[in-house]
Amino acid sequence: MADFNVNLRGVGPVSVIDVKGYLDAHTAPELENVFNKLLDTKQFKVVVNFDDLKYISSAGLGVFMAYVETMRENMGDIKFSNMQENVYNIFDLLGFPILYEFYKDENEAIKKFDLLG
Amino acid sequence: MSASKNILKKEIVVKSTTDNLAMIRDFMKNTTTELGIPDEIIGKIILAVDEACTNIIKHAYKYSPDGQIFIATRFADSKFSIAITDEGQHFDPGKIPDPDLNEYYKQKRIGGLGMFLIKKLMDEVNYSTLSGNKNQVVLVKYLPH
Repeated sequence: MADFNVNLRGVGPVSVIDVKGYLDAHTAPELENVFNKLLDTKQFKVVVNFDDLKYISSAGLGVFMAYVETMRENMGDIKFSNMQENVYNIFDLLGFPILYEFYKDENEAIKKFDLLG
Repeated sequence: MSASKNILKKEIVVKSTTDNLAMIRDFMKNTTTELGIPDEIIGKIILAVDEACTNIIKHAYKYSPDGQIFIATRFADSKFSIAITDEGQHFDPGKIPDPDLNEYYKQKRIGGLGMFLIKKLMDEVNYSTLSGNKNQVVLVKYLPH
C-alpha cells in the first residue's frame, strides 16, 4: 500500500492542504476528496504544502489541473509551496510553472492571497 | 564484437490494481539500486514504469483487478530495459498526441500526461503487439559508463 496522507487546515481565509508521502493513481482520489470538500464549502483560495511529499505521478498532477480553473473562476487559486526538487522537476517537465505559482515557503504563498484581498 | 557479459535479469508479475503501484516502485527501486544506477536516473525509471503500469490498469484493463502485468528488466552493456506486458485491450499510442498544457487547462482534461512523461523520462519507448493478443511496451535507459 502506498503511504499517503492529506490534511486540511485553515489559515485565515486560505485553505492549506498538507500532502505527505506518495501521490499516485492509487492515492490521488484522497486528494480529490479534499478538493471536493473545499468546493462544497466554497473555499477557493488554496495553498498546497508539499514539504513532506516524496513522490508524485501524473495522476497527482491531474488533480490540480482538474480543480484549478474552478478556483480561479471564483477569485481563488491553487498555489504550491515547499516543494522538494525531485517533485518540482516533474511539474517542470510538464510545463506547470507557466500556469501555476510556486513558492519556497507556505507563508509567502498565503501572503499573495492577502495582497489580492 | 565481444559477447555480452554480465546480463542481469529480474522479473515480477502483479495483478492490475493501483494498490500494487507501490510494490512495483519498490521492485524497480531495489533492482536499479542493486545495479548501482545513479539516484537521479532511478527516480526517472521508477516514475516511467509507474506511469506505464497506471496506463495499463486504466486503459488496457479498464480497472478490472484480475488482469496481470508482467515486468521484466534486463541490464547489459550500459543499457537498462524494462519490458512491460499485458493481456488487456490494445490501444494505439501513436494516435495520442502530446498534450498541450494550455489546452488541457481550458478543457479540464486530466488524462494523457503519463505517456508524455514516459517519453520525456526515458531514452526509448517502443510499443508492440505480441502473439496471443498481448501488448508490450519496452522502456530503455542508457546509463553512463
